[in-house]
Amino acid sequence: MSATPDELKERIEAGIPGAVAEVTGDGHHFNAVVSATAFNGLTRIAQHRLVYDVFGAEVGDRIHALSIQTKTADTEETR
Amino acid sequence: MSDQAANPLRDAIQEAIDENPVILFMKGTPEAPACGFSARTVAILQSLGARFAAVDILPDPRIRQELSALSDWPTIPQLFVDGELVGGCDIVSEMYQSGELAHTLGIDAPPQAEAPANGSDQAPLTIENRL
Repeated sequence: MSATPDELKERIEAGIPGAVAEVTGDGHHFNAVVSATAFNGLTRIAQHRLVYDVFGAEVGDRIHALSIQTKTADTEETR
Repeated sequence: MSDQAANPLRDAIQEAIDENPVILFMKGTPEAPACGFSARTVAILQSLGARFAAVDILPDPRIRQELSALSDWPTIPQLFVDGELVGGCDIVSEMYQSGELAHTLGIDAPPQAEAPANGSDQAPLTIENRL
């Protein structure tokens, strides 16, 4: 059963307090842009870990690759 | 069968991280990366002229298992500087674009490059893969 961007988006938003996610992907490779109040004050490493933790061992397996960009909810980064 | 049991592979990985100021765990080698994310990370380090040790995790699946257990990071590549996990391809790319990476690596930032160029004349330092 292949994963969908919508499934990833819902799980990220349900799993991380105050998260808003935009997820794109082809069922194997995904890109997630996530902002969350929970990221405030955390290092980038810690922010990415929160996202990976939503999926546990599925990353690298069912979810073959997951690229992540994180933003704290109170900063508007222009990319 | 306890978690405290001797784990020579994990010890060897930790030792490699401790002994090499800049070390990249990747799929394939800097000369022949076996994954686009590893290739991109190598290209970024080379464009900054960084000297780094590289370990190919592909020869034995246990290397990746033990590395991820040790670093609490699920994906490859993983870049460590001075014993600390800096991140994978996404974070390294972001830090490269913002100029933070050169600072983390202790390298004077080169003129803003658009994309990592190939052809650094400084060969990356590679360590023997004894994991």
